[in-house]
Amino acid sequence: MNRDFDIIVVGGGHAGCEAAAAAARMGARVALVSFERRQIGAMSCNPAIGGLGKGHLVREVDAYDGLIARAADAAGIHYRMLNASKGAAVQGPRVQADRGLYKAAIHRLLAAQDGLEIVEGEAASLRLDGRRVGGVALADGRALSAGAVILATGTFLGGKLHFGRTSRPGGRVGERAATAMAEQLRELGLPLARLKTGTPPRLDGRTIDWASLERQESDGGGWTMSPMTSARPAPQLFCAITRTNAATHALIRSNLDRSPLFAGDIEGVGPRYCPSIEDKVHRFGDRDGHQVFLEPEGLDDPIVYPNGISTSLPADVQLALVRSMAGLERTQIVQPGYAVEYDHVDPRILDSTLAVRDVEGLYLAGQINGTTGYEEAAAQGLVAGVNAAAKAFGSAPLTFDRSESYIGVMVDDLVLQGVTEPYRMLTARAEYRLRLRADNAEARLTPAAISAGCVSPERQALFRRRQAERDEVERRLARVVAGAELRDAGIAAGDDGRRRSLAEWLRFPQVDAEALLRIEPALLQCSRHALDQAVEDHRYAPYVERQQAEIARLRSDEAVRIPADLDYASVAGLSNEMVERLGAARPATLGEARRIRGVTPAALAAILVHSRRKAA
Amino acid sequence: MTADTIFALSSGSPPAAVAVIRISGPRADSALQALSVSLPEARRATLAELRFDAELLDNALVVRFPGPRSATGEDVVELHLHGGRAVVSAVKAVLARMDGLRAAEPGEFTRRAFDNGRIDLTEAEGLADLLEAETETQRRSALALAGGALGRQAAAWKRRLLDLAAEVEAALDFSDEDDVTPLSRDFPSRLEALRGELQAWLARPPAERLKDGIRVVVLGPPNAGKSSLVNALAQRDAAITSAVPGTTRDLIEVPVAIGGLPFLLVDTAGLREAVGEIEAIGIERAQASAAAADLLLWLGPPADAPAGSIAIRPKADLGGSSGDSELAVSALTGQGMDALVRTLLARAAALLPAAGEVALNARHRAALGDASGDLGEARSAADLLLIAEALRRARAALDAVTGDAGVEDMLDALFGRFCIGK
Repeated sequence: MNRDFDIIVVGGGHAGCEAAAAAARMGARVALVSFERRQIGAMSCNPAIGGLGKGHLVREVDAYDGLIARAADAAGIHYRMLNASKGAAVQGPRVQADRGLYKAAIHRLLAAQDGLEIVEGEAASLRLDGRRVGGVALADGRALSAGAVILATGTFLGGKLHFGRTSRPGGRVGERAATAMAEQLRELGLPLARLKTGTPPRLDGRTIDWASLERQESDGGGWTMSPMTSARPAPQLFCAITRTNAATHALIRSNLDRSPLFAGDIEGVGPRYCPSIEDKVHRFGDRDGHQVFLEPEGLDDPIVYPNGISTSLPADVQLALVRSMAGLERTQIVQPGYAVEYDHVDPRILDSTLAVRDVEGLYLAGQINGTTGYEEAAAQGLVAGVNAAAKAFGSAPLTFDRSESYIGVMVDDLVLQGVTEPYRMLTARAEYRLRLRADNAEARLTPAAISAGCVSPERQALFRRRQAERDEVERRLARVVAGAELRDAGIAAGDDGRRRSLAEWLRFPQVDAEALLRIEPALLQCSRHALDQAVEDHRYAPYVERQQAEIARLRSDEAVRIPADLDYASVAGLSNEMVERLGAARPATLGEARRIRGVTPAALAAILVHSRRKAA
Repeated sequence: MTADTIFALSSGSPPAAVAVIRISGPRADSALQALSVSLPEARRATLAELRFDAELLDNALVVRFPGPRSATGEDVVELHLHGGRAVVSAVKAVLARMDGLRAAEPGEFTRRAFDNGRIDLTEAEGLADLLEAETETQRRSALALAGGALGRQAAAWKRRLLDLAAEVEAALDFSDEDDVTPLSRDFPSRLEALRGELQAWLARPPAERLKDGIRVVVLGPPNAGKSSLVNALAQRDAAITSAVPGTTRDLIEVPVAIGGLPFLLVDTAGLREAVGEIEAIGIERAQASAAAADLLLWLGPPADAPAGSIAIRPKADLGGSSGDSELAVSALTGQGMDALVRTLLARAAALLPAAGEVALNARHRAALGDASGDLGEARSAADLLLIAEALRRARAALDAVTGDAGVEDMLDALFGRFCIGK
């Protein structure tokens, strides 16, 4: 069939850009349809990329040669390694990004990508042949054909903005498109649910008394989000920290009736983990203050993002509460904060490639699936993009296992559990996080990415170089050393008379990178990054090995497939709730069924028997 | 699914009047043919000579149940043998040598019946409970378990563990938000309290003693009268006795109920410089068995009595005097038997779970032991990440108590409760 494109991506946000670029890297002919070309790659919310759990996602997308880490480096004006004092597995790299520089970097990367065409226009509706997608119809009458469509449209469905107790419909994408497309999705029977999220007011940085505030400098060390970035190109700025106080809290309490959240105007469920400031004051009433990070939005931009006070209180209350804080006594608000309510699609209708199970050729990625955050969106874009391309070429799908990546954890959570609040990545979601570090994402995933065919020659060359560095470090660490030698070097590791390789000695907490350099000076010639990575690898090796046995046991359940058309209602012994959850998520394997909340061992046994009987 | 063909003795332990060996799987019929039996009509008991390598094994009744209309849903053959020990072991040995045949694992017949849709899980569970509950004490303990006492306890532990874990996770994931403080001051003591409770449960007498009986090993020099004593306690001739030293060469296990409590009497080969190789092996086994005993009856010189054993002066009818530490018993006249029984019952009370108290079986104990070990690791770890990892494992271990572990594991554990051949 002669189609205009292999894949059409609708939406130019973080999910859409990654999806389009990933599919094109795989060799697909891709159209990226965006309402406004210049809006592609916009950071619509806070100007930061990465963080705890999120930084892992950024590095993992980067390991597949994605865009987000490189763009973040191009725009990074403040770097910070969160949890720096804790084990590397929970360290989260984070950057403040200049909005303009970020967008420019994304445009540059997209333009350099072969096979990717940007189509400016409003995607009005899907072209459908029954339950098979054949392309997209644009509002101006143009029609594009393709074998697959990836919807990465963000919060365009049923958006409603709340400023205090006044509200109006809105999202970021044109309303006409939203209505037509939303209607189609409803007709296709895609289940929708409602969520909310909030933003803080934006401040005019020129009216902040920076000198009176605690400063937080950008991290030293020169680390970057992507190994493809050799040095931080942008000048580094500092952030500042202020706090809410008793006066702020009193102000908020006396105005709670004017918050749509508390007045009952908002029906959507908000996240538990980054509550609005009115939520925080209400729920953690004993606290005398909450930290607020003042983050610059750009080099040439006076706007400051006060991270920690997202709110939907009326503008006059917002101004008063901002001015109740130290350093902000005379601050002007440029844009008041507001709450957004929106519909999302229940992601349990998706399979693990983010394809809608029963609409051929339709993929969903990003906020439309109920997630929040650029990083979560980008990672889903990658998954949908590579898989839509693999499908187009008839090759095997790329599945992301939850024991191998945070991407896998997120996709698994979404398609099996669905969402009850905007889904944000946390390291606590990854049960095998000891092995899933931000600093080893490349070593973990790039080989698979290369064999999938979505890594550029430049990145492949870089990978080989860095792999050689890692191999060199491992070679040095293989040297067997007696405890006495360590003692002579002033390292107080327990000398039980056993000789161990340097790698094994790393299991003793007293043996760290500095100790290694003293005892094996040749390591000084090696890459420090590779050395640090090896130190973490070996330090946690016994625990990772122990987990391996657990993972192997779980894999045996993954090998048991459940027929796609299994009628759970006909399986004796399942409760109505289980029938509902299993029916919604349609697990492909017994392992997936096991992870669905509330499914008991007895229920699994019944499903197992039922599947086997059906298969026989 | 191609399965091995399995076989097992599905009646009680020999010797008995009739022993039934059940064969299930695709090669059941060919196994019968290999025993020189031409296939009889389905579901009709037929008398046949079982031969292998021209040697007559037994005159047996054979029945064929072609699948799927059989207990397991597979082809099943039953061999009803004359119940002697020698016949049964000869037939089992011959079957084991056939290609594609192997001895069944515990519960494997039931597992296959379940897999083939012949029974459902609740039936399987009910069957397991029924098979296992043989005495009143067992029944009450099983009721406590089934009533969910352990499940409720595990759930309560799990809640406390989740609180602890949530605190660590918050410190890891929200450390950039100052709303989260590091671990609370009482974190270590809460951890330790939980571990202490698990330890206390682990110290309880195990459930297996209810089911398998208290293992009473009778030990002593040859011809001391060990077998006679076992027979007297069992009130039947379970062990062969003779005046010839070294008559008992292997362990003989005799399950008996004494005063309503389950015991497993173990008769052993007399301890001496072995005369032959077989006897030497018997003596070795006797010593190994003594190590696994709950109670030891010592029939040798009091000075040699193993620590903690009950010293007995046997053959009291032959006269002689006994010290204070010895119990004079005659298996022949019954002298001293009441005293011995009273002693056994007194010792047994401490070894069995109290009636109605939840008794942990080996699986529960292993899981709680794991959880307790993990909590110990969490307590001694300095790295928050490792504390979190230890607590994660402890949660998984508690999940295993209630069965929320891997499905196949759970099924294996469930079906492992069945006796071989069921």
